[in-house]
Amino acid sequence: IMSLSAKDKAAVKAFWAKAATKADDIGSDALSRMLVVYPQTKTYFSHWKDLSPGSAPVRKHGKTVMAGVAEAVAKIDDLTGGLLTLSELHAFTLRVDPANFKILSHNLLVVLATQFPEDFTPEVHVAMDKFLSALALALSEKYR
Amino acid sequence: MVEWTEFERNTIQSIFANLNYEVTGAKALARCLVVYPWTQRYFANFGNLYNAAAIMGNPKVAAHGTVVLHGLDRAVKNMDNIKATYAELSVLHSEKLHVDPDNFKVRLLSPTFTTCMQSCVCVVEQSCDVMSLLDPQLLADCLTIVVAAQMGAAFTAEVQAAFQKFLAVVVSSLCRQYH
Repeated sequence: IMSLSAKDKAAVKAFWAKAATKADDIGSDALSRMLVVYPQTKTYFSHWKDLSPGSAPVRKHGKTVMAGVAEAVAKIDDLTGGLLTLSELHAFTLRVDPANFKILSHNLLVVLATQFPEDFTPEVHVAMDKFLSALALALSEKYR
Repeated sequence: MVEWTEFERNTIQSIFANLNYEVTGAKALARCLVVYPWTQRYFANFGNLYNAAAIMGNPKVAAHGTVVLHGLDRAVKNMDNIKATYAELSVLHSEKLHVDPDNFKVRLLSPTFTTCMQSCVCVVEQSCDVMSLLDPQLLADCLTIVVAAQMGAAFTAEVQAAFQKFLAVVVSSLCRQYH
């Protein structure tokens, strides 16, 4: 595992301070893209009436997901411990194949690039990519 | 045989028609070297790659990024047979498995290509040689991010899907030459 350096954590926190104001839009957009670009992910949401980009269930779930990301930023110094409950949720209840964490992460990065073209520099990109990878790993903690 | 919708064809043609190869190619390759630093392994002779600023300002990185992006031109023009496009171009691949380092260096650093074919062959041969070690998907992901940043809201989910599908076909065709 590639652990987060102090520089990475600082970069993530600084960028998140800017991005947090648009968290809901980011979450909705990232989820929308995931469902369109990786249609196999739709299977997890077969109970939704409307899976189209920006639909009500997509917007609502985008908010939920981003709240999780915000929590992870706050607990960046101990992701495994801090996200224990979320890990149990994903492992035992949701049972999301962890391969999908990488897919959602990619779409989050694409959205960040479109929303913050100047701020999402290569250095911020690598810090966020590492952070999302560490987040995914923490979520997978309880799987087996 | 890959099926393309009219939307997908138009999207790919439009993106590449509006592309600034020098700017986008440079940014995509530089980003790849920063975000996935182990890829720097294959550019040891590019000079200063010491930190992100050095990479982003490195003229050899910029030049090579442009070359790589132009390597996609034939695929853009031959979307119905990308597999054959790269197969034809990498016909020399099997002979190049054990690259003469000098030869590789010359191709990598040579700034002049008299024909698109030469540059494409160069890119693909470099790509093929390097491919056994370098995951082309890493560059494809960085290119997606750079294009997304440039297009902003115009880079919709549908456009993203078309672009990623195109890159996936290219990556698959390039990797097909390896066994």
